Amino acid sequence: MPLLARLPAVLLGLVLCASIPLANAQTLPDIQRLVKQNQMPQALEKVDIYISTKPKDAQGRFLKGLILTEMGRPADAIAIFTKLTEDFPELPEPYNNLAVLYAQQKQYDKARAALEMAIRTHPSYSIAHENLGDVYAKLASQAYDKALQLDSSNTATQTKLSMIRELISTSSKPGAKTAAPTTRPVAEAVKTPAVESPPKATPAATPAANTPVEKTPEPVATTKPPETKAPVSAAPESAGNEADVNKALHAWASAWTHKDVKSYLSHYAKDFQTPNGMSRKDWEAERSKRIDKPGKLQVSIDDVSISFEGEKATVKFRQHYTSATLKSSASKTLVFVKSGGKWLIQQERIG
Amino acid sequence: MRRALLAVVLIAVCLSGPAAVTGTTSHPVTFSDSGPEPQLSRIFDAIEKNRLDAALEQTEALLTQYPNFRLAYLIKGDLLLARSMPLATFGNANNAPKEKLADLRDEAIARLKAYRSRSTTANYVPRYLMQMPPDQKYAIVVDTQKSRLYLYQNDTTAGGRPRFVADYYISHGKLGADKTREGDKKTPVGVYHVTSSLPIQKLGDFYGSGAFPLNYPNELDRRQGRNGHGIWLHGTPSNTFSRPPKASDGCVVLANMDLEALSRNLQIGLTPVIISNSIEWLSLDDWQNERSKLRKSIDEWRSDWESRDTGRYLKHYSKKFQTKDQNLEQFTQQKRQVNASKEWIKVKLSNLSMLRNPGTEELVIVSFEQDYQSNNLNNQMKKEQYWVREDGDWKIIFEGAASS
Repeated sequence: MPLLARLPAVLLGLVLCASIPLANAQTLPDIQRLVKQNQMPQALEKVDIYISTKPKDAQGRFLKGLILTEMGRPADAIAIFTKLTEDFPELPEPYNNLAVLYAQQKQYDKARAALEMAIRTHPSYSIAHENLGDVYAKLASQAYDKALQLDSSNTATQTKLSMIRELISTSSKPGAKTAAPTTRPVAEAVKTPAVESPPKATPAATPAANTPVEKTPEPVATTKPPETKAPVSAAPESAGNEADVNKALHAWASAWTHKDVKSYLSHYAKDFQTPNGMSRKDWEAERSKRIDKPGKLQVSIDDVSISFEGEKATVKFRQHYTSATLKSSASKTLVFVKSGGKWLIQQERIG
Repeated sequence: MRRALLAVVLIAVCLSGPAAVTGTTSHPVTFSDSGPEPQLSRIFDAIEKNRLDAALEQTEALLTQYPNFRLAYLIKGDLLLARSMPLATFGNANNAPKEKLADLRDEAIARLKAYRSRSTTANYVPRYLMQMPPDQKYAIVVDTQKSRLYLYQNDTTAGGRPRFVADYYISHGKLGADKTREGDKKTPVGVYHVTSSLPIQKLGDFYGSGAFPLNYPNELDRRQGRNGHGIWLHGTPSNTFSRPPKASDGCVVLANMDLEALSRNLQIGLTPVIISNSIEWLSLDDWQNERSKLRKSIDEWRSDWESRDTGRYLKHYSKKFQTKDQNLEQFTQQKRQVNASKEWIKVKLSNLSMLRNPGTEELVIVSFEQDYQSNNLNNQMKKEQYWVREDGDWKIIFEGAASS
């Protein structure tokens, strides 16, 4: 089984970030090396030690799930991935891998449910889409067997679902070519509508007690671990900032809904990180073309949470998009920076 | 794109037949909405409107209710497959036997057509039910082409007008209807009745929740040289909700739940089961008209008999008349002799039944209790007659003691 066949740029990024040695020297790259060398028992031992020091670390637990899968312990792997989906419901990868394991056990209904969750969190997630297509076909074939009273035992070909080997979505390293392998700009795939409800006022931030995120240079360092939704560094004056960011966010969605391309683009900072390293010009051209299509468009936003870090605000929210041809809703993250008194978008990504 | 294609394919399947009866815009209260047809219809509506997710949800709900409904599995398979690839036809299972797919497609069409033309029963009655006797509570009429069985109640308060009660999907012979020979895998067409109820314990699982043998071949069948035996109404195996429209060796097969519902209304030895290729429906006016004409003929025959004028009496008999042992000539001779000895005759008829035999020949099976009184002989009997229409007039072509 070519488990670690593809190691995209992302993982490299992760590796670099994680290379600062920890006290007990159980680093993820070390463990990944063991996996690569097919030394599974050793890898499992080390990953257990790693997790014991960071019980909440998604990367470590994800890797353990992969190792268990490789060792032919699907039940244990399912337990790991299931727990990950509970602790990090916004990550699509554990859902995907759970689905692959279920599909291997011919539990296609469960596989379908897991993949639909993966896609709900990340509508443009192409591997999950492919896998889901495969699972639908399997379910269809089961239904046909029942319809036609066929003996399904001889048609039981193995599925060709792909296991995800890296926790891609947790990496938001600038410029990383990930998240939307379909090359569509994130926003497009996600579709969203207007701002009918007044901006939801998020409660004034209280200092978060246990969010040691910034201090430990984990692979996921650039994004907050998903479970820490509370604002990280909350200054008393952030309440005013928060209202401003919220305003900027809704103005952005409103411009989109009204197909006001000029206003829409004006919400993006000069140093906005375009997807796939596109030139700003190309990106603007593409966005203009996509947004200014005929037909009704609705982009709306809810579940907004904002965290501040100096002049930077990370905004997580649900984006609901409805157009003539597509309807979707997904979690999104926008990173705003304050520039000339205005909050402008510097990063945009799904999840 | 692929969705649109699937919808088109399915619509083509569903709409490929003409509506049964047109011009029925009133809101009938009598048709039954039991069984899976309403849901099935909604599913296909959703598919036509390209709401495939809703269609799949409804299909799954349908399967929860009818776990062995194979047709629903086929639809479910298509709806799932449509999510991963474009579909070419209805029922896209790879390497599936073509006949099995065709069977399920036929079932879909039969069920949907029946559902869409269900208002027929509100405004029309089957031509065959001309007169039910007062002691007969129900009658069954089967349409093999439509794969449908209709249950009618005898509304004695309205002079024996048939009232629609319920209709059910059925399967019939693999090779269709009009049985003539043993083993021809066809369902007989004619007027029958249930002769007994076979206990479930004695039946295999194949017959499901019960079996009711019919009296095929009846007198008419024997006269026309038809043979075979063992034509039953029965249920389905426990792992099967329903069978394809053409599936049996000649029996009429119902879903178990439908057979159970039906059996509560069956009178053994009495309830008529009229099997047709395609039911002829009459408006109430036409039905009333047709039945009163025949009743008039029957009453004239009775009073002409009382008149002791053998010539007038014999006018009611066809040239092709035949009893079990006499032709018209022998019958005429005997009647003349008998009438010669009569000073008076009184004939009373009661419990009249008139059931039209399905088919191109205009033939009605008439039976009644006959109370015959005369100066030298009194006699009560149950008589059966076959009346046919010759040159616009009803004539008797067969007469004898009723077999049951």
